[in-house]
Amino acid sequence: MIVKQLSVFLENKSGRLARVTEILGENKINIRALSIADTTDFGILRLIVNKPDEAYRLLKAEQFMVSLTDVIAVEVPDNPGGLAGVLKTLEPHNINIEYLYAFVEKASDNALVVFRVEEIEKAIKILTDNGIKVFKGSKVYSL
Amino acid sequence: MVAQEREEIKHLQFLRLKNLLERIYAKVPFYRKRLDAIGFTPDKLKSLADLRHLPFTTKQDLRDNYPFGLFAVSQEELVRIHASSGTTGKPTVVGYTKNDIELWSELMARSMQKAGVTAKDIIHNAYGYGLFTGGLGFHYGAEKLGATVVPVSGGNSKRQLMLMEDFGATVLTCTPSYALHLAEVMVELGISRERLKLRLGIFGAEPWSEELRAKIEEKLKIKAIDVYGLSEIMGPGVAMECQEQKGLHLNEDHFLPEIIDPDTGEVLPEGEKGELVITTLTKEGIPLLRYRTKDITALSYEPCKCGSMLVRMDRVTGRSDDMLIIRGVNVFPSQIETVLLSLGYTEPHYMIVVDKKGALDQLEVWVELSDQFFSDEVKRLEQWEKKVEAELYTVLNINAKVRLVEPRTIPRSEGKAKRVLDKRDLK
Repeated sequence: MIVKQLSVFLENKSGRLARVTEILGENKINIRALSIADTTDFGILRLIVNKPDEAYRLLKAEQFMVSLTDVIAVEVPDNPGGLAGVLKTLEPHNINIEYLYAFVEKASDNALVVFRVEEIEKAIKILTDNGIKVFKGSKVYSL
Repeated sequence: MVAQEREEIKHLQFLRLKNLLERIYAKVPFYRKRLDAIGFTPDKLKSLADLRHLPFTTKQDLRDNYPFGLFAVSQEELVRIHASSGTTGKPTVVGYTKNDIELWSELMARSMQKAGVTAKDIIHNAYGYGLFTGGLGFHYGAEKLGATVVPVSGGNSKRQLMLMEDFGATVLTCTPSYALHLAEVMVELGISRERLKLRLGIFGAEPWSEELRAKIEEKLKIKAIDVYGLSEIMGPGVAMECQEQKGLHLNEDHFLPEIIDPDTGEVLPEGEKGELVITTLTKEGIPLLRYRTKDITALSYEPCKCGSMLVRMDRVTGRSDDMLIIRGVNVFPSQIETVLLSLGYTEPHYMIVVDKKGALDQLEVWVELSDQFFSDEVKRLEQWEKKVEAELYTVLNINAKVRLVEPRTIPRSEGKAKRVLDKRDLK
């Protein structure tokens, strides 16, 4: 149920993001979802790709500061209140969401939301117990 | 016994100082003019204490007399010329007679021996060869000692490691920052430490900290010895640590040290910290009277466990001209290095950037992010920056902004690390 996300440290200077995407592109690695959290000096690029381990190796070899982070990908109904319904299940269990971002799943009408939480196993159990669909890594990579 | 030995050294120093004054008065117009100006002829020297009344020689004097104006012998008597890098203009040039080279080799050999090097050692000498005195200074000293020298010089770390392994080097000589760099490359290439026979390293040519010594000793699994020298005086081997690693024995039978207050020029009492001033007692090519080294240190005449009676100088904490004055506060790059190491940075690659914002000086410390401190969460990285900033504040007493930068973005140097970018100088 755990999805591997690439986290890449980028200084805020031109060409760095382009370089990452270039390396991935040259190696036929497809980006499924991405988000950037930034400050004035640096940003953290978060990526879901089809081949996370390979991407990690390639970026590492190019001297990027990169890590693989465990996240969960949850299917969220693409209608008003859809995300709220998912979050509501986690709320009573004190599961703190460090960050999240969304992307659209092409195969269905639903959205996919990527969560980063501290207690990942516990969160997965709560979500599945509540009938929410948590995607497997292999499934997300091949979307 | 010790007191008697000290008297013997002083007597020898006095005789040699007198001889020096006679030589420079007779042979170097620059010094004759200087001494005439204060009405001091060499016969007026009655004791070592009279030295404090004589004029200083500075790096500027060497520049003003570029290239050979301070030489005391004719060109025919010189066998070699070295020069400093000349980062701030014309280089400072020094010349050596045959005797000077012989003396240099002997002092290096004797110092290296006290540091633990023997004739059986294979010395991987990664100090730069050329006009810089580091490479050849070690080279001749090691040969004099009867050790085997690999004159590899700087550059191409991968090949250096291959040669160290294949030749079975037991002693590494280079700058401390390059030693750390080699340790890093070793890990990158997956070379296990067991494949190397290294047991000792002699590092110098840039100020470094006790913490950095501990890191190098741990990573390379060697004993790291500090060496001090400057081309104006001789090159490496003016002073070097013995096996005790408790201060650098200064070869005071040839180099007479004083510690002065860098602002007033007054000689400071024994044990106090100040600028090191050296008078060369026996050098022929370019003898120097009271040369201001700009290096901040202190001298200790306490007997050393190793048995040597030579005076010991403290590790140089910084150069008075490398020292940054930021908002009126003295900042030494080594202090910043110490903070980073204390916080667990195993490879402190950092750069100090000083700029002006309006009228105010601004200090930034760029630190390369390392795996152990990386997080996918912005807040954790910001917490880390804040922690380093807080620690820097307690040590420096001024605010520094810490900026995390990507790995490998701070320039690596095969020689002296460039730690400071003072943009105020460029304006």
